[in-house]
Amino acid sequence: MEQKEVDYRKEKMKSRIAWVVAFILALMWSVVALLPFFFMVMNSFRKQFDMLSQGVFHLPDPWNFQNYVEIVSKGFFGYFLRSVIVVAVCLVLMLIIASFAAYPLSRMQFKGRGLIYAGIVAMMSIPMHVTLIPIFKMTTDMGLYDTLQALIGPYVTFALPMAVFILTAFMMTIPREIEESAEIDGCNKFRIFFSMILPLSKSGLSTLAIYNGVSMWNEFAFANTLIQSAANKTLPLALGQFKGEHSLDIPIILSVLVLSVLPMIILFIIFQDKLVKGMMAGSVKG
Amino acid sequence: MTNKSSLAKRREKNTMIAAVVFLFPAVFLIIVYMLYPVIDTFVISGYSWNGISADRTFIGLKNWITLIRDPSFWAAFGHNVVVMIFSILIQIPIGMLLATFLDAGGKKFNIFKILWFLPYLMSSVAIGFLFTYALATNGGIFSSLATLISGHKVSVDLLGKNPQALFAVIGVMAWQFTPFYMVYFIAGYGNIDTSVYEAAVIDGATRGQYLRHIAIPLLGPIFKTACTMSLIGSLKYFDLIWSMTGGGPAGGTELMATYMYKLSFQQFNMGYGSCVAAGMFILITLIALVFQKIFVVKEDY
Repeated sequence: MEQKEVDYRKEKMKSRIAWVVAFILALMWSVVALLPFFFMVMNSFRKQFDMLSQGVFHLPDPWNFQNYVEIVSKGFFGYFLRSVIVVAVCLVLMLIIASFAAYPLSRMQFKGRGLIYAGIVAMMSIPMHVTLIPIFKMTTDMGLYDTLQALIGPYVTFALPMAVFILTAFMMTIPREIEESAEIDGCNKFRIFFSMILPLSKSGLSTLAIYNGVSMWNEFAFANTLIQSAANKTLPLALGQFKGEHSLDIPIILSVLVLSVLPMIILFIIFQDKLVKGMMAGSVKG
Repeated sequence: MTNKSSLAKRREKNTMIAAVVFLFPAVFLIIVYMLYPVIDTFVISGYSWNGISADRTFIGLKNWITLIRDPSFWAAFGHNVVVMIFSILIQIPIGMLLATFLDAGGKKFNIFKILWFLPYLMSSVAIGFLFTYALATNGGIFSSLATLISGHKVSVDLLGKNPQALFAVIGVMAWQFTPFYMVYFIAGYGNIDTSVYEAAVIDGATRGQYLRHIAIPLLGPIFKTACTMSLIGSLKYFDLIWSMTGGGPAGGTELMATYMYKLSFQQFNMGYGSCVAAGMFILITLIALVFQKIFVVKEDY
């Protein structure tokens, strides 16, 4: 009996020590994760030459808001707006086309179904860089080079395979009886899709919207290849643009960084669980 | 009787028509923007072409022979492999530790989850820009830290010299992607049936014993997927390098994708650029297949 009591205490002691060690490590990792953000935010409020003279660990003195005024007056919201438009258009198109494809793949019997499904899923592993030169060539031939529309095709298409994969799995879980009773009532496939299947897939669609929204918002390689003039550039390209114009004024560039990550952080705080879930959906890629 | 079978046939035909209509947009886009470009990349790799002029000369396998003997390409591939190995060795174990901590701590540590996730919200390009300055010799984080500790001015040069530059890049990637694997493993812990935990507690297991002997072994398949993702991701890495080091200094952080991009869109050597892209595609596919095979064999034991 006494022996057991001692064991129990030992175990409790051990677990308490483990917790303290773990907690210290957790704090250390927090410093690693946050220090670059601290560097970014603090320096964005400094004047150009204060950054070097004051060092990272000195609070800005004086606090300088001129950087933010400057980038907003130099068209920051133009980049921002273009990114919003591209992401919105591409997301809507992508979700419609993907659910269109997922519907027959999950709920109809027809010849070649397995083959088409396997083909689409296999496309998930194609690296975009392999397609870059031909897509550049195609875009030029179509006369779309240096327009926002040029981004729609690649953005929608490269999100499709994963979206079809996830939506097909999702639609398979919708009970069959719903569809059968509608069919007896004389509804055709298109009515069934729009009035039943699509509304019932809402949670799958919102997850996909979040994941793909984030990756389209951040997309760089296609945008950098297909768009040239500043008047058509999206937010990820704005960074390079501002750097070109203010190559030595680091605080100004850091304030561009702050403003471009801010919407993501706000969204993350509001939709925390949804966002994490959405990003997990992306993990089937690969 | 004949009536019935013709009805079934009509139904089958209707289903077929509906399927074709529903599938058409997706299949069309995938053919135009994925399948055709991949094939075209292989086709262009047989030409000498500057990407702009109409005339391109067919040169057969010449580009491929150059590629096989190109030390810059193989150096870039080597960097990709180093990045791949360290990504798997750093990001996945730390991500798993963080997830374990959060899972064991429950709701009260939610603030850590939010803070730790923040790096993943930044785009790779933004991170590249940020760390160009954060790792700079003048006013960078490490230089400032060293100055603060030693009391006199010290400059730490992480991006200007080889091989530190590549390891600095690997460190930045770890900063960016560890949160992703953390969340991934949190989801993994969440998927384990609560009845498993309850049964373990009834049998007298502590939280630590449950983690060590039950939860972590159950994460096996998730672990495999995480490694595969990290592997493929590291082999096609581009944005961060492009905005942070541009492949430098002296090619010390050049990766396959940045090498291909420079050849094609800066030097306008699109024939050879396509060849590099095609080579990259082949190497990624091969490594992924070999990895899948090794892991499956291991799981059988």
